[in-house]
Amino acid sequence: MAAVAEFDSVGLRYGTGAEVLRDLDFRLRFGTFYFLTGASGAGKTSLLKLLYLAQRPTRGRIRLFGEELSEAPREALPPFRRRIGVVFQDFRLIRHLSAFDNVALPLRLAGASEDEVEGPVREMLAWVGLADRASARPPTLSGGEQQRVAIARAVINRPELIIADEPTGNVDAEMANRLLGLFTALNRLGTTVIVATHDVGLINATPGAQLIRLENGTLVDPTGSLRNPPRPPRKTT
Amino acid sequence: MLDWFFVSPAERRLLGTARLGGPTPWVVAIMSFSILLIAATGLALANTAGVLSRAIDSRYALEVPGGGANLDALLRTVRSSPGVTTADAVPEQEMRKTLERWLGPTAQSSDLPVPALINFDVRDPGGLRAVQQRAHAIAPEAKIVAHRASVAPLLHSLGLLEVVTFGLVVLLTAAAAAAVVLAARGALDTHRFTIEVMHGIGATDLQVTHLFQRKILIDAFVGSVAGGVAASLVLLALAGGAAFAGDLSGGATLGLRDFMILALLPFALTGLATWVARMAVLRALREAL
Repeated sequence: MAAVAEFDSVGLRYGTGAEVLRDLDFRLRFGTFYFLTGASGAGKTSLLKLLYLAQRPTRGRIRLFGEELSEAPREALPPFRRRIGVVFQDFRLIRHLSAFDNVALPLRLAGASEDEVEGPVREMLAWVGLADRASARPPTLSGGEQQRVAIARAVINRPELIIADEPTGNVDAEMANRLLGLFTALNRLGTTVIVATHDVGLINATPGAQLIRLENGTLVDPTGSLRNPPRPPRKTT
Repeated sequence: MLDWFFVSPAERRLLGTARLGGPTPWVVAIMSFSILLIAATGLALANTAGVLSRAIDSRYALEVPGGGANLDALLRTVRSSPGVTTADAVPEQEMRKTLERWLGPTAQSSDLPVPALINFDVRDPGGLRAVQQRAHAIAPEAKIVAHRASVAPLLHSLGLLEVVTFGLVVLLTAAAAAAVVLAARGALDTHRFTIEVMHGIGATDLQVTHLFQRKILIDAFVGSVAGGVAASLVLLALAGGAAFAGDLSGGATLGLRDFMILALLPFALTGLATWVARMAVLRALREAL
């Protein structure tokens, strides 16, 4: 099966500090549901940033959708970013835009006309249960509602890869289950989903999902549950 | 290029701030006002220098030291010389009146020798030799002086002033461009979050730049036109004086071509400001991933 993402000996450091990610070797397969777990500071968010092209690795190679992008010129990145939907822990909604405009943003940036935007955005807002809050601005929405707007924005463009960073961190258990339902529904439609979470309940509630565990910036597979486990660390001579 | 000016209402909402909220239009207005006045001054100086230069280009004076005993004969000779178009003797009384400015009443004294002076124009400088030869036959001490040589220091000063005004226009334009760069960077800082979100969703640098350049285009246009209107009012108020100056300098004030140049300056400033803002935003965005 083809890979959405391939990491080859990837390392990342910020500035002159120590490496926050080391020797990452793994592949994400199309249409698979992944959970990314690890203690706080293990490097989950940094790994996700590499995946959604907000950060370049300081070493190693990253291939996304079959293309080597580690050193690709920045003008080459936007088309790939449009194939990825990202749900941030802090939602990252634009406060002065309505829920409708926030969700419509990826379509408009992709060049859709207003006629092409109206229907899909209304449909998406209805899908996340916010049809009646289309004109509301983020500060007037609850945390759960904001999270759903963020998810609607992430999936409106039918991305091939959905990345969610602690999507249930700011919502109650019921909302967390609803959000998980949205992700699994998208996954059933063929979208690759990777969710960073501490929530064991969420992981247990998703049979068939693969687990990626980070410890101190490296991948581990202590439970053996990962069907495409990381390669063993390379021996240094 | 035209798409620089058009942004959909949805795109406009992305920046979410009111126009004319910052100091940019005011700074551009002050720059535009100053640039227009200085440019008008420079153009008027250039016109004055041109008129003066043309007026004296073919004009010469025949000086006869020690008085004009043979003035009438000299005048007839000069007039009949080939290539001479006009020739007029300057009356002695007029010479003394002119000298009075420097010498006071002494200038009217008969003890003061006043040279005889004949002003004449020649079609071709080659005709000067004939004038000189004929004049020497009557008054060997007579000499020909070009008016251009007498007025050269003034023309040189006018030329220098033109250069200074041009330099000031360039400096003020550069200052306006710098103000626009600062405004663009400030706007980028203000909207950093929105830009990050847009980039994350797949916006290109040009899409982000498009939003900012339109806002700066509007600010620069409003500022430039406001400054231009204010400068026009000042120029109109000075019109009476300018007409007087025009009379003195043979009608050299501002012509239709000059007014067209001045009218285009605010638009040129707007275009420059927009282009500079576009470059500044693109460069700043390249620093992000």
